Amino acid sequence: MLSRTASCLYWLGRYVERAEFTARLVEATLRLDALSTRPSGEQAWMSALTVLGVDADYLATGGAITQESVTHFLTLDTSHPGSVVSCLDRARDNAKAVRTALSREAWSSINRAWLLFQGRAAPGDTQDTLELVQQAENETRGFDGAVGRMLHNPSSWFLKLGESVERADSTARLLDVKYHLLLPEGETVGGVVDRDQWQTILHTVSAVNAYRWLYRDGLQAASVIELLVLRREMPRSLAASCEEIVAMLGELGQLTGTQGEADRLARRRLAALREARVSSIIGGGLHEYLTAFLHDNAALDHAIARQFRFF
Amino acid sequence: MNGAFDEIRGFPGDTAGRPEFAPLTHWLETMPRAELERRQQAAEAMFRQLGITFAVYGDAEADERIIPFDIVPRILTAREWTRLSAGLEQRVFAINAFLDDIYGARRILADKVIPEELALCNPQFRPEVAGAHPPHNIWAHICGIDLVRTGPDDFWVLEDNARTPSGVSYMLEDREAMIRLCPELFQMFRVMPVDSYTDLLHQTMQRAAPVSAGGNPVCVILTPGHYNSAYYEHSFLADTIGVELVEPADLEVDDDRVWMRTITGRVKVDVIYRRIDDDFLDPLFFRPDSLLGVPGLMAAYRAGHVSIINAPGTGVADDKAIYSYMPEIVRYYSGSDPILPNVETWRCREPDALQYTLDNLEKLVVKLVDGSGGYGMLVGPTSSNAEIEKFRAILLAEPHRYIAQPTLALSTVPTLVEQGVAPRHVDFRPYVLTQPDGVKLVPGGLTRVALKEGSLVVNSSQGGGTKDSFILADEGAVSC
Repeated sequence: MLSRTASCLYWLGRYVERAEFTARLVEATLRLDALSTRPSGEQAWMSALTVLGVDADYLATGGAITQESVTHFLTLDTSHPGSVVSCLDRARDNAKAVRTALSREAWSSINRAWLLFQGRAAPGDTQDTLELVQQAENETRGFDGAVGRMLHNPSSWFLKLGESVERADSTARLLDVKYHLLLPEGETVGGVVDRDQWQTILHTVSAVNAYRWLYRDGLQAASVIELLVLRREMPRSLAASCEEIVAMLGELGQLTGTQGEADRLARRRLAALREARVSSIIGGGLHEYLTAFLHDNAALDHAIARQFRFF
Repeated sequence: MNGAFDEIRGFPGDTAGRPEFAPLTHWLETMPRAELERRQQAAEAMFRQLGITFAVYGDAEADERIIPFDIVPRILTAREWTRLSAGLEQRVFAINAFLDDIYGARRILADKVIPEELALCNPQFRPEVAGAHPPHNIWAHICGIDLVRTGPDDFWVLEDNARTPSGVSYMLEDREAMIRLCPELFQMFRVMPVDSYTDLLHQTMQRAAPVSAGGNPVCVILTPGHYNSAYYEHSFLADTIGVELVEPADLEVDDDRVWMRTITGRVKVDVIYRRIDDDFLDPLFFRPDSLLGVPGLMAAYRAGHVSIINAPGTGVADDKAIYSYMPEIVRYYSGSDPILPNVETWRCREPDALQYTLDNLEKLVVKLVDGSGGYGMLVGPTSSNAEIEKFRAILLAEPHRYIAQPTLALSTVPTLVEQGVAPRHVDFRPYVLTQPDGVKLVPGGLTRVALKEGSLVVNSSQGGGTKDSFILADEGAVSC
């Protein structure tokens, strides 16, 4: 496989995952604000911007922290790379450059997702916005499905590798921004919690039902953290993402006959996650833990690029 | 349109029309308009979803458009196709013989069949590749020959495309759409399949490999990149054939060998089907200011370590000035008269032709030999007396720069337009492949249609569309 192709597939995976995560976050924040009996208003939208790392960009536009203005910024604004439409633009650009490596189905789901946002000036009212982001999620899920049905070949491995690296990143950032909600200062673990906020987190990573199945004793901070960090059954958890990364690098290593720095970093991280206990993560500081995880993830991304000669 | 031959209904006023195609006429007349439109929209939706687009340069609003597709096919019978293919074979054989001669012994110049300066001073002539020996002496492996028609047996070659002819993906995708949306037409007519084109193309690439490549040559398609207007076609072909689609930056030349960069290291490349103009192939060779291209590629080519399809330098065979000599060129290399005639062309450099042109300006189209895009030309029938007189002076000043042709009454095919089904002018581009043992054709081609009433311009950038082209296994509809 051409190195350029591998790089495009990897980034295609990352951008589709990022588009989906952003759409989910918008949806969950709408529930938290517009659809809640106790709208959390500005605070909800500001934290959504922070999770995506575009808070400074947004404040620079001088826009007000309102649903209308922030949803527009996060879905349709092409002036920054974090909006759903910008992610889909880049995803489609990469997909176009490697069309031959994609199944028709995978390509057309990207193209359809992209077409959803073309010529759209505003996300509209709450219902229209919900519909838009849900349609986008449907298409990106369709893409995931199509990738799953592709031949198990290097193309699908690079796609899934990019998806998993991005997914690990998003989940860690989501938890990091919301951790003060999970573990409010002065509250002991298991104390009074803001259930709406917690639901938002679970909703964003589509884990509401999974949580209920796995934890029968109601919402608990430690359980939410355990689910999103350590539970390998939960597809968007850090553990599951890291497992997928190791598996995809393993497939690629078998093909190329060599392993490198990326394999080493990925395996070391997975081993640490398997050993970890939620009590020690909370004890050592969730924020510190997640900061280190995000740092490792960036190092892994660099190692992958070097190993497969992306540049 | 007045008086133009319609390929399905025959000449106007000819009530018998073409009885062999009567079922198609019946189908068109009985099919509710809304249903025709629904199918056409379904086809276009399918194209849009697959991203079968072309880019329009300088149009930021719609940088990607789909080429309009028309649901009514054009049909050629087995007999018509047999004659066309014999003519195409003869013409493309001559094009390759001409290229091999002009970059080699130059017998045709020594024998004074065509003026020497016309070939050697031609901007498309590449002195840099003179003396090159592409395997099997094939230069133009893939040609697209543009044909027009004026009557039942009157086909004319309008233009030869011997560089990097595009559009073949439309031939294949239009057929896909027709089979899905109008399956009944394939029961009505025995249509020869076109899908073997990609296999034939792959074979053509493999068989063009240098001998040193061994039994399993590595073939690639070279695209300028995904912002190119024909990128969809490049990726479609690479995908269907199963070869890598590379950009110049994926290739490097080392020790006169071409390599592509892959995740497992570099892989030697034997055959490059390039969809990049000569000028942008190799900045060391052709255009030093080009940012595109693979430095050293031409040295590897000259050393015989890589084959390039089509070979650099083929543009000299499809140039307008050379075109007017194609009948002589065909006769010179094939030893027989051309089966497919050129559109009659008067070369104003010759006194008799100039006189004829001056006497008939109001009936002729007069073009610059090296012009394109409709500049510096006179269309006699639609020009005022003053314009004709003004042009006469220009022509007399530099007659050698002009050629004249009659305005042809191009054939039409029924086409679905806003007002219903109406005749629209068409042309036809079959794709002709050349392998060591001869010319290969698939029974099909690209039909382009001018969607504006009366228009003769079929280019996609000017609002032209495409149609499927049925080549029949017999002489008409299956009796039913």
